[in-house]
Amino acid sequence: MKKKLTTVVFEDTPEKADKLAALISEYKDVEGSLMPVLQGAQDIYGYLPIEVQKKIAEGLGLSLSEVYGAVSFYSQFALNPKGKVAVSVCLGTACYVKGSGKLHEKCMEITGIGAGDISPDGRFSYEATRCIGACGLAPVMTVNGDVYGRITPSDVEGIIKKYL
Amino acid sequence: MEMVNIKINGRDYSVPADSKIIDAARIAKIEIPTLCYLKGINEIGACRLCLVEVKGARGLMAACVTGVTEGMEIFTNTPKVREMRKTNLELVLSTHKKECLSCIRSQSCELQKLCRDLGVTEEDRFAGKNVEYPKDESTAFLVRDNDKCILCRRCVAACKNMQGIGVIDALNRGFDTHIGSAFEQPLAATSCVSCGQCIVACPVGALYEKDDTDKVWEALNDPTKHVAICTAPSIRATIGECFGYEPGTDTEGKMVAAIKRLGFDGVYDMNLTADLTIMEEATEFLERMKTGKNLPLITSCSPGWIKFCEHYFPEFTDNLSTCKSPQQMFGAMYKTYYAKKRGIDPADIVFVSAIPCTAKKFEVRRPGESAAGEGIYDVDYAITTRELARMIEKAGINYRELDDEKFDEPFDIGSGAGAIFGATGGVMEAALRTAAEVILGKKLEKVDFEDVRGTAPIKTATYKLGDTEVRVAVASGTKNARELLNKVKSGELKVDFIEIMACPGGCVNGGGQPVQSAAVKAAVDLKAKRASILYNADKHLAVRKSHENLAVQKIYDEYLEKPGSHLAHEILHTYYIKRGL
Repeated sequence: MKKKLTTVVFEDTPEKADKLAALISEYKDVEGSLMPVLQGAQDIYGYLPIEVQKKIAEGLGLSLSEVYGAVSFYSQFALNPKGKVAVSVCLGTACYVKGSGKLHEKCMEITGIGAGDISPDGRFSYEATRCIGACGLAPVMTVNGDVYGRITPSDVEGIIKKYL
Repeated sequence: MEMVNIKINGRDYSVPADSKIIDAARIAKIEIPTLCYLKGINEIGACRLCLVEVKGARGLMAACVTGVTEGMEIFTNTPKVREMRKTNLELVLSTHKKECLSCIRSQSCELQKLCRDLGVTEEDRFAGKNVEYPKDESTAFLVRDNDKCILCRRCVAACKNMQGIGVIDALNRGFDTHIGSAFEQPLAATSCVSCGQCIVACPVGALYEKDDTDKVWEALNDPTKHVAICTAPSIRATIGECFGYEPGTDTEGKMVAAIKRLGFDGVYDMNLTADLTIMEEATEFLERMKTGKNLPLITSCSPGWIKFCEHYFPEFTDNLSTCKSPQQMFGAMYKTYYAKKRGIDPADIVFVSAIPCTAKKFEVRRPGESAAGEGIYDVDYAITTRELARMIEKAGINYRELDDEKFDEPFDIGSGAGAIFGATGGVMEAALRTAAEVILGKKLEKVDFEDVRGTAPIKTATYKLGDTEVRVAVASGTKNARELLNKVKSGELKVDFIEIMACPGGCVNGGGQPVQSAAVKAAVDLKAKRASILYNADKHLAVRKSHENLAVQKIYDEYLEKPGSHLAHEILHTYYIKRGL
């Protein structure tokens, strides 16, 4: 799937910046170190905005396009931060058969954003995921890591409201 | 050289042990089809068109990445090989926007040729969803049409592996994979240096120069305009390739004859302003040697190199020669000196340059390149060798049948020093010929500075001129320029004068030159072949030093006074920008 670019302003802290600098210097002269650095950077910031990717490119002596090429290739890397309310719906086979497609539409309607997006105020993020391994509860949605199973589109609004 | 014995299609061959199957096949006079392969630059086995059968191997092998071994038996033309190659080609075609009739690469497209060679009869065998991207036309020099891109990654490799820049890469994955810049930025927002090496690497019509020929035609059709053109040193060595000549054929006389039939008011030789550049640059060099300021001096003829320096080595912009490039000097002189002499309003002049270079399209709109006044560009349009050839084709001129003609006076004379500007090391040698005579105060017995010739990535030499020692270095290709400058920066290399050209081999291998297929590039040393024309011309010219060019002397006598004069600085010099990344 095509990755969407964030509209949220990047917020850095000196602690995070120091951690990233330490991570980069640890891997500076190691060949093939782009992946572990990207993973580490995502652990620090939660996602990989252009500001972070620029630092990585410069630190590892790679071009920004090469770094972005890797980030946009792997689905595990996020270009968007998570919202305060991070909603996701499983579109894996079992959930889909059990009607998660309708949950997917309902979530986009309520949050007002598309899959892979974050609302400009940073309140909501929404993601359509592959199988999360909870097929017995299909169809499944998660909010901030909490799992809600065997639900219908009419449940969605009530679930999201709990987090506001 | 260590050799191994192999069989290709049942015949015995002895080939170098380090050959890939594709090289071995070429020795056997067999050209294996490829799309993604660019020898030495992109050998990734991605397109799967170079498949061959190897006895004992489990599946078909990619000939571009598989090395030969003793006793190997290779089959390049079995039913299985033919069928697989054809199927893979048809799969490539499935997402290619097939606009062959109106495509800029029609008849020079490697995909089109392969379809004919491999016998594709059904171009939509695997019809399905198609890609649709907006064209990137953000820069002055290049268009990217990803709808035609076949994802061979040759442009990515040219940018990253050959030029050491890497402003483009493959983005996203699967069906959404496309070539672009980080965060989908338009190319103009990146640190692209505009060398155009991606264009000459592209096998299809996904990358091409921004065409300015319509604007030139329009000017030619406007009776109120005085339209003049000058041709760069290197394009006489290459334009013949657009008309079916072998690489390495000099067609200067036919080129001039053809351009004269297009209706220009003057057809001139840029070799002359190459000489003028040397007059200014050699003076600048001697001055800097005297004061010791801003050394090493670095040449400024290659606008791709200039942009590279501004982006990647802004700390060296003060070392750059302030001389405009020969293209810009020509336009500047034409719209000041010549306009005055002939009584033409410079605003009525449309000055065109024919150049081997896409970066020159960027250069013509740089600030500080309007000698005749605000808003009057020194050069209005810069058209590449390919665009000039298209104009000649459009006019229905039978290029090959033309008799040789000569450039127009008074800008028709170039010295041998000007001629060799189009090859790596040429500007250095030209400058040394003039600077050496000034330093020595007498005529050189031998004008050849052979150490700086040839296509080696980096060349260094030290010349002892009387009591003065001049240490020089030459690099072509921005990757090699980076290596050289890093050495200068670290103090490892101490030099006084550096020549850098953005394209490997110099202008003869520029991004605006005729596109040759990967097969031709693998078999022929284009850089050396094309450059040999320039050195041959130099060898046979009576005048081989810029300062002995009578036309140049006349310009100084009548107008500029002397090299480095106040007026020369106003008209022939420029300034640079520290761009950074």
